[in-house]
Amino acid sequence: MNFSNIIEEIEKTDPEVYEKLDSRRSAMKNFLRFAGKASLATLPFAVGGMFKKAYAGPNGTSSITDVLNFALTLEYIEWEFYKKAVASGIIPNPTALAALTTIRNHEAEHVAFLTTVITSLGATPVSFTAASFDYTAHGTFPTVFTDYGVMLAVAQTFEDTGVRAYKGQAGNLISSNEILRAALRIHSVEARHASHLREMRRRSGLLIPAGTLLQPWITLNQSGIASAAVQPSYDGEELTTQAGVNIVNINGFTIAAEEASEAFDEPLTKEEVVSIVTPFFA
Amino acid sequence: MQNKVTDLNKVVQLDEPSIAPFSRRRFLTYAGLSASTVLIASSCKKEFNNDPALVSNAEVGSGHDKPKEVVNLGSGDIGILNYAYALEQLEAAFYEQVIATPYDGISSKEMEYLKDVRDHEIAHREFFKNALGNRRIGGLKTNFTSINFSSRASVLGTAKALEDTGVSAYNGAGELLESATYLLLAGKIVSVEARHAAAIRDLLTYGTFADSTVIDANGLDLVRTPSEVLAIASAFTYTKIISNNLPTS
Repeated sequence: MNFSNIIEEIEKTDPEVYEKLDSRRSAMKNFLRFAGKASLATLPFAVGGMFKKAYAGPNGTSSITDVLNFALTLEYIEWEFYKKAVASGIIPNPTALAALTTIRNHEAEHVAFLTTVITSLGATPVSFTAASFDYTAHGTFPTVFTDYGVMLAVAQTFEDTGVRAYKGQAGNLISSNEILRAALRIHSVEARHASHLREMRRRSGLLIPAGTLLQPWITLNQSGIASAAVQPSYDGEELTTQAGVNIVNINGFTIAAEEASEAFDEPLTKEEVVSIVTPFFA
Repeated sequence: MQNKVTDLNKVVQLDEPSIAPFSRRRFLTYAGLSASTVLIASSCKKEFNNDPALVSNAEVGSGHDKPKEVVNLGSGDIGILNYAYALEQLEAAFYEQVIATPYDGISSKEMEYLKDVRDHEIAHREFFKNALGNRRIGGLKTNFTSINFSSRASVLGTAKALEDTGVSAYNGAGELLESATYLLLAGKIVSVEARHAAAIRDLLTYGTFADSTVIDANGLDLVRTPSEVLAIASAFTYTKIISNNLPTS
């Protein structure tokens, strides 16, 4: 049995096999040490054990770490954004600066936390720098760090999108209580951020479309932002039926479509989120 | 949607957790937990020894939703959904009272926000009621005697406690669900509760939307087990809520 041939065979179906094995450097070392003493007959078992660690079953580590790396990517986008926002020099008052600093710190903590968790699961965490991103979205928001209204609008969109992104991935984490719990605990923090950024925008009055009442929750599919560019982050939020139950005027209570939609936040798929954030990569 | 929550006989059965034991242990260590902590938390649920058959929820008649002395949340995913239904009953009843008897000096913006929050909590309560159908618990007899509804500080302070507790409850309940469909529904609600929590906190003290009393050093929000949450909620309800049949993992 030729070990490198096995790897090559697997590489044909999983191009990332080297990366996964490399991140399992100690497992590899143990394998080689063991293989030196082992008879040919025991080798398949040893190889199987090593790949079980790298992939951890059909519902296991592989898909979970993929989800966590997706989440980590979003956290990097937010963290690097708030670092620049806080340093922009255009934040008009100390209260706003304190709030954006609090949010920046949470995003930094999420980056550190997810990086540690992914590493502890034996996978390789993604990594980005400020140079990885272009917050003008290639010219869509040219004044993102010079116009406070645009800055807050982009921040709100990131947070509302982040809430929807985590929500969309929860089901993929259902096999691990600990990971799901952690993801939900990040998800609700993003929702708190979104709520506050909406409050900041309401108080600033900047870039709010005429006739729109901006609130901490999402009404129908309204962004509350005078820019069509952010609309994909809000499309689909207008649902008023949940699991086949119509929420409007439910059981004789006066609940308008606006409040019915606000009462439930909706998920986005990974593909939808990738499409939304792709313009923000340099 | 394939697995409508209204069809309660078709609860999605998912595979058992399959994370590698090594990774699971590493994560627990990292998160500052230990297996013994988890075991202690689980064993706390054995405080009631009531036979669930003695407190049946199955008889749904005209009096089903009248306030009860005792309700039994039941087991499995239905138990967790009834747990959420109980909390939403409590929240909705509180905000209904807040809007019926507004506190002294309430601003138009506060009224606007609190009316919306009331409507959202009614929507959640009635959603669970309809979705659970004849598996739902009866009505809760609420006890708001500790709240001064004419006082802004009392009302908003209670609202803050209820919303933060609601967030922690849903964050802790997700892992107790077997069905991804129900998990998504809980996820749709918890972020709205978090939006409420932040908004109420900002009404009380602007800028406290996510302060260090709720967010830990890893940037993670509150999480509580059902027994921890129900210990808090019991201050607001005369009804005894039996939760010892709920799943613990």
